[in-house]
Amino acid sequence: MNALIAELLRHGPVLTDGAWGTQMQARGLGIGEFPDLWNLTHPDQVLAVAQSYVDAGSRVILTNTFGANRIRLAETDMADRVADINRKGTRLSKQAAGDRARVFASIGPSGKMLIAGEVTPEALLEAFAEQARALAEGGADALIIETMSDLDETKLAVEAAKQTGLPVVASVVFDSGKDKDRTMMGATPEQIAGGLAAAGADVIGANCGLGIEFFAPICRRLKAAGGLPVWIKPNAGMPELVGAETVYKTGTAQFASGIPALVEAGADFIGGCCGSTPEFVRAMGETLKKG
Amino acid sequence: MTDLRQLFDAVVTGDHVTSKAVTAEALAAGVEPLALVNDYMIPAMDDVGGKFERNEYFVPELLLSARAMKAAMELIRPLLAARGTQPIGRVVMGTVKGDLHDIGKNLVCAMLEGGGFEVFDLGVNVAPEKFIAKVRETGARLVGMSALLTTTMPAMKLTIDAFAGEGLRDQVKFMVGGAPVTQRFADTIGADGYAENAPSAVVLAKRLIGVAA
Repeated sequence: MNALIAELLRHGPVLTDGAWGTQMQARGLGIGEFPDLWNLTHPDQVLAVAQSYVDAGSRVILTNTFGANRIRLAETDMADRVADINRKGTRLSKQAAGDRARVFASIGPSGKMLIAGEVTPEALLEAFAEQARALAEGGADALIIETMSDLDETKLAVEAAKQTGLPVVASVVFDSGKDKDRTMMGATPEQIAGGLAAAGADVIGANCGLGIEFFAPICRRLKAAGGLPVWIKPNAGMPELVGAETVYKTGTAQFASGIPALVEAGADFIGGCCGSTPEFVRAMGETLKKG
Repeated sequence: MTDLRQLFDAVVTGDHVTSKAVTAEALAAGVEPLALVNDYMIPAMDDVGGKFERNEYFVPELLLSARAMKAAMELIRPLLAARGTQPIGRVVMGTVKGDLHDIGKNLVCAMLEGGGFEVFDLGVNVAPEKFIAKVRETGARLVGMSALLTTTMPAMKLTIDAFAGEGLRDQVKFMVGGAPVTQRFADTIGADGYAENAPSAVVLAKRLIGVAA
């Protein structure tokens, strides 16, 4: 096991952070605005989100760099700022973390489909490698490839991330099939675990997608098939519309009550995805302490 | 004479080379273009939808089948247009304002086309006024909206409200979909229907315009 991962896991499951996008919206990010650009335009607000998770007890926090790859940024006028956005995002999280938390810098999907010929493997590898380099330069302790739905794209991202020498977490979304235990492309937890372990991931996982109640069986299968530490970050249920805003109705207590089943299933890194907040992290931390 | 069941099989297995070749042969032999659509392609896409529901097919297989269907439709569409054949319905599709995701929306467009609809795809980041202008231009009675982000879902409601503001709400039905969208959300914003995936979007579209699925 990678030395940093082993050190983090020495005393049992590690509390990670919650959602960033919804937290930035609460601080004024507009509908349709590209969150990653705020690293350059609103660094104080991004820092405040990072700080709120460190203060809530996160031992691992992520970065506001999920969409900051060349392919996604091409949809904005900031494609030439890939390195700046990623370096700055990582530095903001490092600043908030100090010596209280580790920073796992976020890499999200390209938004293009390999199988449909919308992008080539070479272009993906290059885009992920460029982002990973900038995250490493910004001082990331590890890289987290998350919210992926295509195993092939994820493997390319792992290959690119490994080039930095940092530990790599790779996490996919299971939300398809009648039992909701497949990725959008139809892969099972066993196929994902096998593929990502072979690609050299240090930690594998599942995030986003559905509510916390769906994650324990998937966690168990990932752990059994991959033989690696498992990263779990469920959504806070499904969003609903209240007034002009989307809100998540799963409460902190309800979310935290799902934590023991995840620990039992072998989860090593635990946090929340869309809709979760620093309050969720606090509640999860208390539940973990009791366990 | 070409065995037209090959067209059905080619769409189901996602073989776009064969679907195009068989269609070309059949048209050259004088087969009615509409018969190819109604008797082979629509049943094939229904079969694909069934396989998706049964977990036999996932998105990659849907994409391949949609591509096979499109290859055939490219030969058939001009002939249908020349004969003045009406599609079963016209639908305006788009990913809502602020949202740049198009994977799901593209898949729904392809499946709707395979289901016999004429699709006007406005792409991504579509403002309410663009939906309105396209509906006015085409006379479409159906609008499909996609959102992949919880932060852009509210734009679905803004679009429906904008149609109401123009006095057009009663002329169109709205169908919505996308990862964070639920039936409950669709009900809340006053949409006429929600589809969880691309095959069920076709069934829903037919129901909304009163065509038997």
